[in-house]
Amino acid sequence: MGSKLHGIMAEFDTATELVDAARAVRDAGYTKTDAFSPFPLHEIDEALGIKRSILPYLIFAGGVTGLCAGIGLQVFVHVIEWPIIVGGRPHFSLPAFVPPAYELTILFAAFVAVFGMLFMNGLPSPYHPVFNVPRFALATREKFFLLIEAKDEKYDYSETRKFMEGLNAQEVFDVDE
Amino acid sequence: MKIEDKELQEKLHPAMVEGTHDFASVTDKISDITLKKRTPFHWFIGFGISFMVAQLLLFSVIWLLANGIGVWGNNQPVGWAFDIINFVWWIGIGHAGTLISAILLLMNQKWRTSINRFAEAMTLFAVACAAMFPLLHTGRPWLAAYWLFPYPNTMGIWPNFRSPLIWDVFAVSTYATVSLLFWYVGLIPDFATLRDRAKNKYFKFAYGILSWGWRGSARHWHRYEITYLILAGLSTPLVLSVHSIVSFDFSVSQVPGWHATIFPPYFVAGAVFAGFAMVLILCIPLRRWYGMQDFITHQHLVYMAKVMLATGLIVVYGYAMEGFFGWYSASQYEVFMVKNRIWEGPYWWSYWLLIFCNGASIQLLWFERFRNSEFWLFVISIIVSVGMWLERFVIIVTSLHRDFLPSSWAMYSPRIWDWSMFIGTIGLFFTLLYLFVRFVPIISIFEVRTLLPDAHVHGHHQDFEENVNEVEDTYDKTDPPKK
Repeated sequence: MGSKLHGIMAEFDTATELVDAARAVRDAGYTKTDAFSPFPLHEIDEALGIKRSILPYLIFAGGVTGLCAGIGLQVFVHVIEWPIIVGGRPHFSLPAFVPPAYELTILFAAFVAVFGMLFMNGLPSPYHPVFNVPRFALATREKFFLLIEAKDEKYDYSETRKFMEGLNAQEVFDVDE
Repeated sequence: MKIEDKELQEKLHPAMVEGTHDFASVTDKISDITLKKRTPFHWFIGFGISFMVAQLLLFSVIWLLANGIGVWGNNQPVGWAFDIINFVWWIGIGHAGTLISAILLLMNQKWRTSINRFAEAMTLFAVACAAMFPLLHTGRPWLAAYWLFPYPNTMGIWPNFRSPLIWDVFAVSTYATVSLLFWYVGLIPDFATLRDRAKNKYFKFAYGILSWGWRGSARHWHRYEITYLILAGLSTPLVLSVHSIVSFDFSVSQVPGWHATIFPPYFVAGAVFAGFAMVLILCIPLRRWYGMQDFITHQHLVYMAKVMLATGLIVVYGYAMEGFFGWYSASQYEVFMVKNRIWEGPYWWSYWLLIFCNGASIQLLWFERFRNSEFWLFVISIIVSVGMWLERFVIIVTSLHRDFLPSSWAMYSPRIWDWSMFIGTIGLFFTLLYLFVRFVPIISIFEVRTLLPDAHVHGHHQDFEENVNEVEDTYDKTDPPKK
């Protein structure tokens, strides 16, 4: 055990055990918690009390920006910068401007979706204290982990550890900072 | 609703993972291909051949750049030929990947899960091959920057946004970018798995970088799922728009045989048709060579065969409508085009070959016997791929070679450099695929985990009823959730 602890972690064999334990942790009043699973678990959001992300609104804003950028670019080029008649169409030929603007809407939204997700998740993060637990490598294979961080208000080393040992876990670990 | 009849139940909800698997065995089985197993001998053979064929592309491109596009068989009036045929063919093949990854995800089709990864890889590589042709047909691709993209240059030249060709630039570049993002996002958790399982420290480092330090946190998964679903929602209209815009290259013009309103839907269906044929061509040998029959089951092949049949019939309907439009237009040029294409012109054989490949051969898929035979599926898929290439040949060459003015009529035949570049892109496509199979998990590991019965949380849940039914219907008959 290192001098400073990031938190205490428990390992579970099944998704059901993890979700049950997460509920118990939430009901006990812990808030600085996290769960780790090898695939997305929908039940864990409610069990841990994870609020719905604002990401979808950001993606929408990204899409609107792309749409405006697309229309704006074409209006700038064909109406303001260099107005020229091609094929007898008006300078501002909106129907013909739809496809590029449509594609840019999708492009901008997709960029916000991917990089917004990574940014809000704090990725890339090549180092994280949870990686100090050797068995945590199994979190990307088959095992489920639950973490209570040391900065939680209710956290008290011996009490929290005892509480986690009572959660029907396979094993409980101290996570070094 | 609960269905008691076991046989019927299996028919309605066939298990998408066969054999007895748990999270660990699924992970190991798929990641071992990349990490542990010796690279099989046939990989070296296949990669070697593909790589050599790809050199043909390099050589053809150098020859083309040195001499100009006069080395191709394009002429007046057939100014567009192999370059656009191959472009449309490749980009169409890509569409099945996006359909599988996005549209089937939105429709909650669980069978997409084990084929989406390599179908998306196929999309990326096909788009890469496709993009070569419009770039290189400019003859001087290094100048294409200001022909294609709106960047403020000192010449004061802007692209014409009212032209379908510039729509194409935006559609294809967006498509390539979004497909890459979608594919990569799907790979992040799997790269993390490889990072944690790799013994070799260089591999561990490389996969560590690629996984961005993914650790499977519940909060991360929450945003991840939102992103994944929204990307699917964005890719769906995107993929439909891409081939619609590709078809605008033709249908916005006034050439008889091109100027038809049926083009966008007919092109999209054709793209999915060709793409599923290519997915089958790739996945039938792949699942055998790498022993992936548990994940890419027989049922998957049958489903793909059915999609191929359905989209193939839409395409055949498109052919019928093209003929009808020509006749109904009462325009002498349109009527002439139809007659010329089907029986009067010198390229009549290509039309009938096309009908054989895309119309007749797929009728076999109505029969269970052919759907159940890997051999026949493989053969039919090859025939369909050839047929879809012929379709573009017919649309482009037979429409152009008989111009409005009989004085400009001419024949078109490809030259050796047309062929070498086309074959070269096939080499490039397979080279990239072989590299993908070697270094990237070919099946989405984390998504296959969600298919296993253990992935369902038992117990109290808000959508309790729904959950119980789903769990019971699909997998779990012995251990009903406790109330």
